[in-house]
Amino acid sequence: MAAWPEVLSALQQAHTAAGSATPHFETLDEDFAGEIEAIATQIIPSTGGPGAREAGVIYFIDRALSTFAADNRETYRNGMAQLQQKRQELFPNSTTIGSLTGEQQMALIRMIEASNFFELLRTHTVLGFLGNPSYGGNRGETGWNQIGIENLTAYQPPFGYYDAQVDGEKK
Amino acid sequence: MSGVAFPTTDAADFLVLGAGAAGGVVAKELATAGFRVVVLEQGPYLRERDYSHDEIKYTIQPGLTNDPKLQPITYRKSEADSAQPMKAIEYGRQVGGGSVHFTANYWRFHESDFHERSLFGAVSGADLRDWPIAYADLEPYYTKAEHELGISGLAGANPFEAPRSMPYPLPPMPVKSSGVLFERAAKKLGLHPFPAPVAILSEPYQGRAACVNCGFCESFGCEMGAKSSTLVSVIPLAEKTGRCEIRPDCYVRKIETDDAGRATGAIYFDRNRREIFQPARTVFVCANGAETPKLLLMSKSKRFPEGLANSSGLVGKYLMWDNGGEAQGLFEHPLNEYKGIQVTRLIHDYYAADPKRGFYGGGGIDARFDFYPAGFALHGLPPDAPRWGSEFKRIFTTYFNRTMMLMAHTTSLAQAKNTVSLDPEVKDAWGLPAIRITFDCHPDDVATMKWMMTKEIEILEAAGALKTWSQPYDVVDNMPSRHLMGTCRMGKDPGTSVVNAYSRTHDVPNLFLVDGSNFVTSARQQPTATIQALAYRAADYAIGAAKRGDLS
Repeated sequence: MAAWPEVLSALQQAHTAAGSATPHFETLDEDFAGEIEAIATQIIPSTGGPGAREAGVIYFIDRALSTFAADNRETYRNGMAQLQQKRQELFPNSTTIGSLTGEQQMALIRMIEASNFFELLRTHTVLGFLGNPSYGGNRGETGWNQIGIENLTAYQPPFGYYDAQVDGEKK
Repeated sequence: MSGVAFPTTDAADFLVLGAGAAGGVVAKELATAGFRVVVLEQGPYLRERDYSHDEIKYTIQPGLTNDPKLQPITYRKSEADSAQPMKAIEYGRQVGGGSVHFTANYWRFHESDFHERSLFGAVSGADLRDWPIAYADLEPYYTKAEHELGISGLAGANPFEAPRSMPYPLPPMPVKSSGVLFERAAKKLGLHPFPAPVAILSEPYQGRAACVNCGFCESFGCEMGAKSSTLVSVIPLAEKTGRCEIRPDCYVRKIETDDAGRATGAIYFDRNRREIFQPARTVFVCANGAETPKLLLMSKSKRFPEGLANSSGLVGKYLMWDNGGEAQGLFEHPLNEYKGIQVTRLIHDYYAADPKRGFYGGGGIDARFDFYPAGFALHGLPPDAPRWGSEFKRIFTTYFNRTMMLMAHTTSLAQAKNTVSLDPEVKDAWGLPAIRITFDCHPDDVATMKWMMTKEIEILEAAGALKTWSQPYDVVDNMPSRHLMGTCRMGKDPGTSVVNAYSRTHDVPNLFLVDGSNFVTSARQQPTATIQALAYRAADYAIGAAKRGDLS
């Protein structure tokens, strides 16, 4: 029969685990993480509501690189090294990506947006924003709130505006 | 799990390789008929408590499917190319197989699907043939499958449906907004929408709870046991007999034969990678349209130098898969498609081939939303949407709840050049050859998909979409394919087929193959109902043959 108690208790544990995680990095050093976060923040900015920074995307990326995406560490190292080089070419007086203006960061991204590294970082940023909070990102379900998901374990019809219309016609 | 364990030294009456959509059915039928059955399954034995609503685990990582890190797949478009590692195919890899993580669409074939060659003639470049059976031969088994597994739907609602002896055991699932919009538009265009038949319980059934509309069907295992996988329906019945052992984490590398050319059992690696020989009187291979031919090709011997049951040379040939083509539409109000099962309405108006279209093929179209949140932001947006930045964010956050999709399921024509073979170089984690896929669509298949996409846009516009979009079709972008068919085709003539009309191999009298590999044609995809009907029929035949002494 329905495994309701089990399901609910598993979900409860997942929520607790996500909520109690204190922000610290497992793989990345702080400076490197800050540079990646600056780019992630341009991919999903904080305009019109919380973005990658508020969702803790960088903590997702940090954990991903020590778990299921460990194979991608080199791509990050090389990708960021090349990006720093481009930063120096484009903005010779700058010291970090994080200290560039938003406009400058966007100009920098335009130079690499067709690269495999950028596609990987884009993918990880989105996963960190909209993936399960148990992976370290999507803190407080920030991403799910932004797209309008209630995140319940069960729903009753009507689900949306149009099937509710039909329900209304029947009544 | 009832946990009966037989000594591996004892010969089983039947050895079933693969505990999926077909293997689960076969095991239940044989065990309840009184035979002792051992089922070897590559993957683990998971239960409802092991599943979760974790998009990353089940759609980004191979949570319930073959893991290319352990079992690489290589792909090439044609024999002239060298095959490169690529996850070209995907299949369920646990007890219950693909019936655990599938979207649960459950279409019967139409009567015409068994006789396309006779009805429509030859198609240039394809090997279009009739099946050796007709719809009427399978009808009782479709009915049995629907009732034993638990299928929801509305009999008679599809005017193109073949005759059925009984209605569905359960009423249709609640309609979603995508279903309502699609139904209105389709009717406006003179089409015939109907409630989707699905292997999901709309009401409690046989001790199992009804669906709670959580929305995580496609790619996920059902935490409620409401998806009618073999894991929660027939496998428990098989185990309850005390005559069926489901042995998980067992990876078969060879079917053994004796001097008389009869199957004697199978050699497998257990979870500790020890080699074990399990003897058996009769062997059923239900490993799916890729793993079944792979195992036969690996089971070479002096007597069978080209692989087991391969005197025709057709094992692994005629691979067909899930061709489709999709379009999306944005609507004014929230659809909240993340709630509820994926598909609630579809049409079969374009199912039959029509020579007037200028190509061979047809398909069904269903209304759904095929994305989970991250997948939508990454792959579901209109092609003109930015891929990062504030506009990217605005689009994925505001479109997610207001977008729906129409998805076509179309003909995949059988071509001898599309194959499953053993990669000569790449090995898996056990040292066995990787599956090599050689595949390219027939030009008519591509024309069918493109034509369907124009129909989808037409319907979305009639539904009042504010914006519509579709992705151009490319065989590589469409990977991995999940509906693997045709690689051990069924037929009367041992020269042009691998199994007979009862899924028994022409070459080895006590060897049966039953899964998508039997398919002579692909119909219009959604093969699960037909795979399971074939499995019931093959088991029925094998039980009779065993009782008559025909198998020993």
